[in-house]
Amino acid sequence: MTELTIAKALNAGLRRAMEHDSRVVLMGEDIGRLGGVFRITDGLQKDFGEHRVIDSPLAESAIVGAAVGLAMRGYRPVVEIQFDGFVYPAFDQIVSQVAKTLRRSEGAVRMPVVIRIPYGGGIGAVEHHSESPEAYFVHTAGLRVLTPSDPGAAYRTIQQAIACDDPVVYLEPKRRYWDKGEVDLAADVRSGDPWCSRLLREGTDVTVACYGPMVRTCLEAASAADVSVEVIDLQSLSPLDLDPVAASVERTGHLVVVHEASKTGGLGAEVAARITERCFYSLEAPVLRVTGYDVPYPASRLEEHFLPDLDRVLDAVDRSLAW
Amino acid sequence: MVDALLGSAVQLLTPEGERVEHPDFDITLTDAELRSLYRDMVLVRRLDAEATALQRQGEIGLWASSLGQEAAQVGSAHSLRSSDYAFPTYRDHGVSWCRGVQPMEILAMFRGITNGGWDPIARRCSLYTIVIGNQVLHAAGYAMGVQLDGADEAVIVYFGDGATDEGDVNEAFVLGADYQLPLVYFCENNQWAISSPRDRFNRAPLYQRAAGFGFPGVRVDGNDILAVMAVTRMALDRARSGGGPTLVEAFTYRMGAHTTSDDPTRYRHAEDLEIWRLRDPIERLKVYLARNGMADRSYFDQVDHEAADLAVLVRDGVRAMAAPAPETMFDHVYVDPTAELVAQRAGLIAYEESFAEGLTA
Ligand SMILES: Cc1ncc(C[n+]2csc(CCOP(=O)(O)OP(=O)(O)O)c2C)c(N)n1
Ligand SMILES: [Mg+2]
Repeated sequence: MTELTIAKALNAGLRRAMEHDSRVVLMGEDIGRLGGVFRITDGLQKDFGEHRVIDSPLAESAIVGAAVGLAMRGYRPVVEIQFDGFVYPAFDQIVSQVAKTLRRSEGAVRMPVVIRIPYGGGIGAVEHHSESPEAYFVHTAGLRVLTPSDPGAAYRTIQQAIACDDPVVYLEPKRRYWDKGEVDLAADVRSGDPWCSRLLREGTDVTVACYGPMVRTCLEAASAADVSVEVIDLQSLSPLDLDPVAASVERTGHLVVVHEASKTGGLGAEVAARITERCFYSLEAPVLRVTGYDVPYPASRLEEHFLPDLDRVLDAVDRSLAW
Repeated sequence: MVDALLGSAVQLLTPEGERVEHPDFDITLTDAELRSLYRDMVLVRRLDAEATALQRQGEIGLWASSLGQEAAQVGSAHSLRSSDYAFPTYRDHGVSWCRGVQPMEILAMFRGITNGGWDPIARRCSLYTIVIGNQVLHAAGYAMGVQLDGADEAVIVYFGDGATDEGDVNEAFVLGADYQLPLVYFCENNQWAISSPRDRFNRAPLYQRAAGFGFPGVRVDGNDILAVMAVTRMALDRARSGGGPTLVEAFTYRMGAHTTSDDPTRYRHAEDLEIWRLRDPIERLKVYLARNGMADRSYFDQVDHEAADLAVLVRDGVRAMAAPAPETMFDHVYVDPTAELVAQRAGLIAYEESFAEGLTA
């Protein structure tokens, strides 16, 4: 086991995938010599060459549109969108082409494309650098959506996303890039299954489901709580794996879903609906959501009031138990 | 090297401060006008330096420096009439300054207390646009409105060399050409888009792209404020008189990091900066003014004093700029708030107050 940050674990995972399969090519703005603005691709251009770690023009639609063509030609493009707020110029290519090509070609053309996006807030950034766009992608049939929450998961799931023959929107919790954890660099993880939730902390009173940057927040809340909180990292936002959540709710009777993204039409609503359908008679309170508000992501000096934190999670836990 | 790249760029003032002739472009300015160009450049540079320092002290979150691009920004913005409209990027502090945007209004966004900072209608200057290229389409649409109104106004839109990769910018070129819009596309080619050198993606000089769309393109020495003004004025006059759009490529250099978050030592050599330091836009005008007796020592001293005063104003002003109340994040999401937002806002206030009570209890 090696201690790495999420950023370094992603770098190691990308390197491993490129070593394993020469058809894996990386493309994005400033990813070559600079190593990306978050240094996730640091050193990869030097080691794999400019033809496999491609500095793209400043054009997101071009990046994703070209990935479609590269995939048609048998490559496995892994593209980087510099920040969450800059994926929208590529939204058309993602929704209209990346997501639908398999279906339209009746299975003839696969789209093994990975679209990496640093997402979420909490880093004091200017506008368009702190967004949580996951619901748009989860709502789009044909896309898979993954988000790791710790270095080990990052190392595994980035390789599994690249090995996947479906397109994957891979959301990297940017404020957790520098979080450290143990990574098993020796393990061959490519064939593992990332499309599952992870039970990260057992508890008996309340179930908390979360993902990405909120996992750490929820684990901290669970440690601080004076009741017993079970924490589940959803990890795969599409497809959703709610079996562990349902099993947990059948024991606890209480569910709180936590995400940074705004409330309306968010993942919390989907989880709440499905769990209500499956566990109606086990629930002792409605499924509660702790989320960002339904406003544009605020200026950075207000973001701490927008983002769910430990106290807001605990508040929801208390409200659920007191229902 | 730079001279070779500059190629056909319009120049009226050499880097040594010599006034030279150009067959197509000329400009006559009074001594007072020349002095005010100098003054604005010095003040904008000071604002920029203070903002960079304030970022290092943690008083603002981020800063995109305009260092080295003062002539391009101040020269073009000075060419506008007050009735014209400007669409700047996040780096165009010289433009917003000349439009009358106050220093604290410019700094508010970087301090993280707003995503805007000023009234874009009152200032006739749009807010800084961070998503690369978006504003170029907005400028085209605004120019369509000017055209529909039959108004005697022009529109100028700023964007970087990197932005010319984006679909939005090229689509805006199509709009301008199709409708012969009263629009000046002002590209500040500072040679870098973060770590990407401009020559990497361009096989042909940027200004030549205009020809393919069907309107003129001009490259101007972006560190020569006289040339910038001469070219921009002509382009604006053309726009106002129904002549259609012009692409102006101001050839300049980003002397600082991309932003305060960037580390340019990873991708460019410090020696490159030396070449451009010799082409400094402010020094060039200063030499010209001094040598021709258009400004004397006491004038330069007076401007330096003004800059020092501005620095104090900026430092004190930024430190005093407090974050608004949390619930203001619910303001202006819609013209009239929805019931759901009213409820969420009340929820936030009640939640925050529960802590205040906890503290006093
Ligand atoms: C659509 C979009 N993609 C990526 C970015 C991130 N980004 C910010 S500035 C920049 C480079 C811009 O270069 P250029 O247009 O030359 O302007 P300059 O910063 O040099 O003034 C990039 C890639 C962005 N802001 N918007
Ligand atoms: Mg540039």
